[in-house]
Amino acid sequence: MATTFETRRPGSRLRLRNTLMGWSFILPNFVGFALLTLVPVVALFYLAFTSWNVFGAAKWIGTANFTRMVGDASFWTAFRNTVYYTVFHIPLTLVVSLALAVLLNQKMRGVAFFRTAAFFPYITSIVAIAVVWNMLFSPDYGPINQFLRAVGVSDPPGWTTSGTWAMPAVIIVGTWREMGYYMLLFLAGLQSIPGELYEAARVDGANAWQRFRNITIPSLRPTTFFITVMLTIGSFKVFDLILVMTNGGPGQSTLVLSQYIYQKGFLENQFGYASSISIVLFAVCIAITVFQFLMNKRRDA
Amino acid sequence: MAATTPPARLRLSSPTGQRGRLRGWRKALLYVVLIVAAAGVLLPFYWMVMSSLKTNNEVFTIPIKWVPDVFVWQNYVDIWTKADMGTWLKNTMLLSVAVTALQVLTGSFAAYGFSKVRFPGRDVLFLTYVGTIAVPWQSYMIPQFILMAKVHLSNTLWSIIALQAFGAFGVFLMKQFYESVPEELSEAARIDGLSEYGIYRRIILPLSVPALASLSLLTFTNTWNDYLGPLIYLRSPHLWTIQLGLRSFINQYNAEYALIMTGSALSVLPIALIFVLGQKYFVEGIATSGLKG
Repeated sequence: MATTFETRRPGSRLRLRNTLMGWSFILPNFVGFALLTLVPVVALFYLAFTSWNVFGAAKWIGTANFTRMVGDASFWTAFRNTVYYTVFHIPLTLVVSLALAVLLNQKMRGVAFFRTAAFFPYITSIVAIAVVWNMLFSPDYGPINQFLRAVGVSDPPGWTTSGTWAMPAVIIVGTWREMGYYMLLFLAGLQSIPGELYEAARVDGANAWQRFRNITIPSLRPTTFFITVMLTIGSFKVFDLILVMTNGGPGQSTLVLSQYIYQKGFLENQFGYASSISIVLFAVCIAITVFQFLMNKRRDA
Repeated sequence: MAATTPPARLRLSSPTGQRGRLRGWRKALLYVVLIVAAAGVLLPFYWMVMSSLKTNNEVFTIPIKWVPDVFVWQNYVDIWTKADMGTWLKNTMLLSVAVTALQVLTGSFAAYGFSKVRFPGRDVLFLTYVGTIAVPWQSYMIPQFILMAKVHLSNTLWSIIALQAFGAFGVFLMKQFYESVPEELSEAARIDGLSEYGIYRRIILPLSVPALASLSLLTFTNTWNDYLGPLIYLRSPHLWTIQLGLRSFINQYNAEYALIMTGSALSVLPIALIFVLGQKYFVEGIATSGLKG
């Protein structure tokens, strides 16, 4: 090192010093992050092409896992159910959380209480939430069906005991749990819109709906984009809520991708096959993120 | 990655009145809507607490009993003998504290490197961090499990600590905050001869107490509520966390509705307390980072 010292550009010593300095800050976290996140992500792409179970070593079997997946009816059920959840969960949560944010973006007494109330479900544990909602949804004596009967629904749904209604029940609970979180993100976005825009629109005679349509919605685009990405990833990896509420049932009516990975990997010890399903989940999440990113870029242009 | 444009910081105390103050019937109407909505959102929690104070037969009745005839406080005594609540709470507390301490320490330290020290490759490395936030944990939980099993960490509390403590989340949240600290402060300290570690400890750390509080509360809550990590890694009952324990209790006593609600209420109580005391930090942490762990 010392021999090349004089040939270096001035400042390169500083750069070396800064590099070492920077890494010394990052290293304690990076070691854990690399070992527990980066290495597993890379290993995933190897495991997916092996027939590994807990016994014996990983055997390379090429794309056999993926061929098997194409013919695996349970995989497609899980895939369809995940898309079902996503397609309803995203718009529902977007609308509800935006509506809450707009309502709560006011100067008025007690607004902090309402924000807290909306956010509370998000910080309570899935297990407690799932068991309470399961009881609320209980078909014969549960409060929800009692309410439905009281307002004249003579044959209310069986919710988590019914193949048709289990997924809507899960979607309702998922939306209820997460809306407060996304509401906070929308609120932050709303508060960054300059008030003068609304003033000017009001002077021009725009009514409340027109102001919402022509100022609020366009100004919130970066926030909405960000939230949609987060919601998409969140929906595709939905797992614990379903595991505790319905365990994928009745039958396979709420089986989702993450849960199928869990079943194949941890209950049946088929690590190789479970990894190849993981790759599908991984690829879908990345693809959707990139797609939304590109769409956003194009609309910006 | 796409997920790097966080929304602006949320000002909790002074909401901007873009629509001015509401008056008269409009305001009354808004209150009615909000009260109905809040009641709807909180109803499950009300039902949980009330059911936890009922006798088992009273939980499901037609019509619904909104208030128990007699408050059965005995449920909150019985649960400790029927379930191993003590062990579960102890394990959960231990894990939450350890994970929070490590995440705050390593996260804030790394964030300083990412935001205040300039070196080649820094931004690429940071993008890798943020990029993994778009990768669901569920997709790499299997290789991660194999890795942990290889080093004999599975079925120990260490596995959960390792799993949760080094997330990208803490680094991201702290970096967002450090970016708002003016560079002149560190420059001045550098001229005064303070080392980078000195600047971190004596200047940046004291300034970032609110961000550290946000990160601590979010990490603590996240670890307390985690179900999947413990489900996969903690097989022996003496290692179970409150979430695993509660789940097994529900399976074992599936007709003891009142007691199940008692256990659920107890599992939520610590987080509810923390939330009520520190909600300002929760809200600010989420508004700055726009992400969760």
